[in-house]
Parts: sequence; C-alpha cells; structure tokens
Amino acid sequence: MNVLFRNVRELVARAEQEGKLISDIMIEQEMTMTHRSKEDIYAQMERNLSVMEEAVERGLRGVTSVTGLTGGDAVLIQNYIKSGNALSGDLLLDAVSKAVATNEVNAAMGTICATPTAGSAGVVPGVLFAVKNKLHPTREQMIHFLFTAGAFGFVVANNASISGAAGGCQAEVGSAAAMGAAAIVEMAGGSPQQCAEAFSITMKNMLGLVCDPVAGLVEVPCVKRNAMGAANALVAADMALAGVTSRIPTDEVIGAMFRIGQQMSPNLKETARGGLAATPTGQALARKIFGDSANVQ
Amino acid sequence: MKFTSVFDIIGPVMIGPSSSHTAGAARIGRVARDLFGRQPKWATIHLYGSFAETYKGHGTDVAIVGGLLDYDTDDERIKTAFFEAEQAGMTYTFLPETAHTDHPNTARIVLGDDDGEMSVVGISIGGGKIEISEVNGFKLHLTGGMPTILVVHDDRAGCIANVANCLAMHEVNIGHMEVSRIERGLTALMVIEVDENIDDRIIEQISYIPHITKVSKMNT
Repeated sequence: MNVLFRNVRELVARAEQEGKLISDIMIEQEMTMTHRSKEDIYAQMERNLSVMEEAVERGLRGVTSVTGLTGGDAVLIQNYIKSGNALSGDLLLDAVSKAVATNEVNAAMGTICATPTAGSAGVVPGVLFAVKNKLHPTREQMIHFLFTAGAFGFVVANNASISGAAGGCQAEVGSAAAMGAAAIVEMAGGSPQQCAEAFSITMKNMLGLVCDPVAGLVEVPCVKRNAMGAANALVAADMALAGVTSRIPTDEVIGAMFRIGQQMSPNLKETARGGLAATPTGQALARKIFGDSANVQ
Repeated sequence: MKFTSVFDIIGPVMIGPSSSHTAGAARIGRVARDLFGRQPKWATIHLYGSFAETYKGHGTDVAIVGGLLDYDTDDERIKTAFFEAEQAGMTYTFLPETAHTDHPNTARIVLGDDDGEMSVVGISIGGGKIEISEVNGFKLHLTGGMPTILVVHDDRAGCIANVANCLAMHEVNIGHMEVSRIERGLTALMVIEVDENIDDRIIEQISYIPHITKVSKMNT
C-alpha cells in the first residue's frame, strides 16, 4: 500500500516540501490507496458536506430527542446571539450553536455524517459553518476543510483511537475538536505546521476527558461536549495563527491520548457505569427512561 | 493500518446516535446476513462489553436487526427495524452477556432458517468501522472493505490450490488470503479477499470442487 503519511510529522513534512496543503496530501493518499479518481473522491466528500449542512439547518429549526433529554438548545443560543449581548463573540457562539444543532439531530436519530464518530459529529460542521461566514470560502475550499480534518483524524485513528469505548471522550470529541482546529487554520491561510500546532493545542486540552453517557444515550453530556469542542477548536486555531506553538510535538500528544485511554477505567469508557452516568440524577434519568432494566448499577 | 480511507474518518453518513453502537452495529448485522447468504428467519444476538451495557440507549438493537434486513447505515428504516422484522417474518432475541471480550464492542450473532445456521462474531472498532473476528468458530480477520469469498472445506492437501486455480481461470486476482482450522485434519476455512465483486457462477463452480462443503461471498 502506498501510504504517504503515517503520522503528523510525515504529513506536515510532505505538505511543506511539496508546497501543498494538508488536504491535497490527503486527497492524493486516498487516490493511491483506494484507486479512485479525484472526481469520485470529491463527489463523496461533497455529499458528506451536504449531509452536514442539512443536519445543521434542521437542528437550528429545533429538534427534540426521543427521550426528551436533549433538543432546542441550538435555537436558544442563536436567539441569544441575535440579542446582541453575547460576551464570548458571535462567531464562537455561532460555532457552538451549530455543533449543538448537529448533535441534537443525531440524538433524535436523524441523518448525520460521522466526524469522526456520531457522538462527536457536531464539532467539525459547527466550526466549518461558523467560519464560513467570516472567511467566505468556495464550495471547493469547504470540501478541502473536510479533507484536512480527515487527514489528522486518519493519523489519530491509526495511532490511537477514535472510539469512546476504547479511549474515552478525548478520543471522540477530543479528536474532532483537534481535527477541526487544524482545518480552520488551513482555511484561514495558516501553514501546515500551524495546522499541527492548532491540533496539538486543542488535543492537549481534551486529554483525560471521559465517556460517561447518562443512560448510555448519546445525549447527556455529549451534546454540550460538542459545544465545548467547537469552542476549544476555534480558540486553539486563533492561538496557532497568532504564532503560539506546542512544546510537545503533535505525534507525542496523540501517543499520550492513546495511553491515557488505555489507563482509563472501563467504567469511564462508554459503559454508562461511571462519571455523570453514575450520579444520582444520571441514574434516576436512566430508570425513568428504561424502567427497571436500565443500565443502573 | 486499521483505517485506510479518509471516509472512515469523515463518514459514514448514518442514522444517529452512535457510529460505533448504531452504524457499526448495523454493518455487523449486514455482513452476517451477507455471509449467511439470504434473509435469516431467526437471530440470537449476544452482546458484550459496552454493547451489553448501553445497547438500548444507542439503538444497537434496532441497528443490528436493520443490518440483518440488509439496511445500510443511512437507511431511515433502521428506526423502525423491529416492526420491519416482524413484517419480514424474522424473529430475534438479544442477550447481554457479562463475559469479558478482547474488544469492548463485540456482538455474536447466531442466525439461521430451516436450511441451516451460522455464527458470526463482529467488533465495532470506532467511527462505524467493523471487523469480523470469527465465523462458525473459525478465527479470522475480515474488515468487509474488500469483496471476500469464504470457503469451508475439508482440511486436506490440494483444496487451497484447487480454489486458487478456479479463481485464476476466471482472472480473479487475490489480494489477501488466510486459512484457519479448528483441529488438524478436520474442517478448515479459507478467507479470500479479491479485487472485484464476485460473480455467482464462480461461487457455484467453487462449490463443485471436491472436499468443499460451503462457499459464501461478500461483495462491497
């Protein structure tokens, strides 16, 4: 197999040596590894982009999950932005609301595109459709955004994990946020190395995040973790674009995430046996939703 | 490398709420049905680890049943798969198990009809990607990313060469191949990954080769 990169160091080196974008390297690798044409690969990513766009729009119109645990927060945040009183910045909150919108649709068993998973599907579209209003990218640039995010996610998936059951929420929302941060930097005109710095800064602040879903549902706290993942990604992207770098190289940060995931108790890895799932209210919600057969210890 | 495509990371397009517990589960069910070769009449689904703990909340149950009905991960009918199964005349039982498995998201599906049954073990490794780790007691490593032929045969000299010859005659190129057996001299299983989808005629021809007991295929 013609693997063009196995880690972030190789990915960045190749992009910088060849004067290309991270997304270009990802597209080339996809072509060599799957023997598909560039047009074919583009078309599939375009479809994924459309699914993300539809999910954001649907969430912003307001949805409610089957259990009623989540839904409607994306609308609340959008209304708050319109009030003009937002303290943390309109673009940041717009990203947060769109991340929430996507995950509310996911919790309602709607159609979404996993990025890299369904539970973390809000972060990447959230930041993409928020920075879109500031950077005014072409459709093609938006597709490139997803390839850049995918390139970093590819490295994480092969060297660590993108599964909450294997690595906790740091592997899901943590990976999604770091992928999103790197993609924002590329769209904003940053260098491949700056993409890697944004990735590292984000991931370092997601390390140790546990996966503790109430009643085993992808709702509490998943939806709000997507919100914070989006906020983390935007702030880290700005830091990297400002010239801030990470003392720990990206691949070592990914290695740390992997080992933390291995050391994490199974109770905190998507089993609904620890953390918020094990709180009195978490357990009461589980009993209310599933009755006596609930995942209550 | 476990993940070979960018669409393992940005994708799949799917019905929520969980890529590993909903989309991955649907794929395990669908591969099991593919390997069985037809619509099963019944299925007993053993769930392990995180699957066992959270399957109701994640819709793992409807997703596996949807997969057994041949639904893809983005098929809206996953939501109503229990009802659809009833319409299709398929019964199912879920058994959450406490036994420890190598991977936290593991399902063992025993499926069958009046003509036979099959046991398939699948694991969901994240982002909707799966691996099949066991079929009818044989350990194997199947990702479902390539068209695959499974051949159950007597464990004796020449079987592998005969099957390979048959494929060569039809100009089918083998990309990866593995053979496993439960006990020497008894039954063995060949797993053959090929470059393009396999014609039914080739499967039929392989089934006529001496000492071959069962052939199934999985196209992509």
